[in-house]
Amino acid sequence: MIKLKNLTKYFGQLKVLEGVSYDIPDGRSLAIIGPSGCGKSTLLKLITGLEEPTGGTIFINGTDILTLNEDGWTNIRKKVGLIFQSSALFDSMSVFENIAFPLREHADYGESKISEVVKEKLRLVELEGIESMMPAQLSGGMQKRVCIARALAFEPEIILYDEPTTGLDPITSVAIENLMIKLKAGVTSIVVTHVLQTVYRVADDVVMVHDGKFIQVGSPEETKRSNNPVVKSFITGGLKNG
Amino acid sequence: MPYTKITENVGYRSLRLLEEVGKVSLLAWETVRGIARGQVNIKLTLDQMVKIGVESLPLALVTSAFVGMVFAMQIAGEFVKFGAGNYVGGVMGIGIARELGPAITGIVVAARVAASITAELGTMKVTEQIDALRALGSSPVRYLVIPRFLAAMTMLPLLTIFANVVGFIGGYLVATYVSKVNPVEYIANARRLLLLWDIYGGLLKTVLFGMIIAIIACYRGLHTYGGAKGVGEATTSSVVTTLISLFVVNYFLSILFFK
Repeated sequence: MIKLKNLTKYFGQLKVLEGVSYDIPDGRSLAIIGPSGCGKSTLLKLITGLEEPTGGTIFINGTDILTLNEDGWTNIRKKVGLIFQSSALFDSMSVFENIAFPLREHADYGESKISEVVKEKLRLVELEGIESMMPAQLSGGMQKRVCIARALAFEPEIILYDEPTTGLDPITSVAIENLMIKLKAGVTSIVVTHVLQTVYRVADDVVMVHDGKFIQVGSPEETKRSNNPVVKSFITGGLKNG
Repeated sequence: MPYTKITENVGYRSLRLLEEVGKVSLLAWETVRGIARGQVNIKLTLDQMVKIGVESLPLALVTSAFVGMVFAMQIAGEFVKFGAGNYVGGVMGIGIARELGPAITGIVVAARVAASITAELGTMKVTEQIDALRALGSSPVRYLVIPRFLAAMTMLPLLTIFANVVGFIGGYLVATYVSKVNPVEYIANARRLLLLWDIYGGLLKTVLFGMIIAIIACYRGLHTYGGAKGVGEATTSSVVTTLISLFVVNYFLSILFFK
C-alpha cells in the first residue's frame, strides 16, 4: 500500500502540493488527472525520492520512505518502476544495455540470465529483436515501451506512469494502454495523465489535483458524471455543453 | 541609494558563491567517501581513463612542445646576451617541472575534459537520464562522478610526465640550435639545478588539478537546468570556473611546495 500523509511540496514560494493525504490499496490503479503544471509529476518524483517533500511523509508497504538510508532506497526502488514522460532511456546504451542496466547494478546474474530476462521483457512489450538498436533509432512509442520493459526488469510491485500516452498517435496510445492493462494484475499503479481515454481505460480510481490538493472523484464512470465544477470543467475542456 | 544596491548585489553574489563552494565540497566529500567504501566501477573508470588521458595526449604534447620552445627562445635569447647561456638548461628544467608542465596539462585537460564531462552529464540531466539512473536504484556519484574523478586524478600526472619530457626536448632544440647554447652544458646544468622534488611537486599538483577538474565539471553537469541553452551555459561556466580554480590553487600550491 502507498500512503500519502499530509504531503506538502513547495518550489520556493510556489505551492505545488499542500497537505495531501491519500491511501492507494494494493493492486489498485489510481489515475491522477489535472492540468499541466499542477504537480502531478512532482508527486511521482516524491514517491521515488527524486524530490524531497517540504512537509508530510510517504509510506510504502508500511515503511516511511523519508527515513530510509541509501540501501533502504535501493530496496524500495527495486520494488517501484517509474515510466518517464520523456522515456529517459540512456542514449549512449543500446536497448539491451538499457534493460540490463538495473540487473547489472543490483542482481548477481550471469550474462546468460541477463540476456534471458531482457528478451523476456522485450517479448512482454512486443518489441522482440530490437536489442541492438540505439534509443535514437526508435519511435516515441517504442521508446516508451522500452522504458516500461526497463522498469519491469525487477518485476516491481508498484508501477508509476508519468504521462504514458501524451504526445503519441491514437494507435500507439491504445497499444501502450493495452500493455498497461496487461501489467495491472497484482501490481499497484499510479497513472499521471491528462489524456482522458487513458484514464477511462486503465484506472480503477481517479483523483484530480487542484490548487495543491486532491479532489476525490471516484471511478472512471463517476468521473464522467461528476458534478464538481472543477472536475467537470477539466473533463469537458471548459466547453459548457461538453 | 546606488551604494545600497551595490552592497546588496555584492552580498547576494557572495552568498551564492559560498553556497556553490559548499555544494561542490559536499559532492567532493560524497565522492571520496564512495571511493573509501569501495564503490568503484573498474570498467567505467578505465573507459574514462582512455577519454580523459589517452585522448588528451596529442593536444597536451603539441601544446607543451611549443610552450617549451617559445619559453626557451625567450630565456635563452636573454641569458646568452648576459653571458649566462650555461644556466638555460636548469632554468628550463625547473620552469617546466614546477610550473609549465603541470599548468599546461591542467589547462588543456580542463578545457577539453571539463567541457566534455559537463556537456555529457548536463544533457543527461535535462533529458531526465540522471533521474532514471536514481529511479533504477543507482547513484549518479557512484556511476558517473567516481569514475571521472579517479580517471582525472590518475591521468593528469601521467600526461604531465609526457608534457614535461616533450617541453624540455622542445626547449633543448630551440636553445641549442637557435640560440646556440652548448648542448652538453644545457643537460649538465639541468641535472645540476633540477631536484627530484621539483618533478614530484609538479606532479603532485596535477593530482589535485585532476580532482578539481572532475568535481567542478561533474557538479556543473549534475546541476544543469533549462534544455540545450542550459547545457551550453553550464559547459561554459564549467570551463571558466575550472580554469580560474586551477590558477588560484596552482599559485598557493607553488608557495607551499617550492618557496
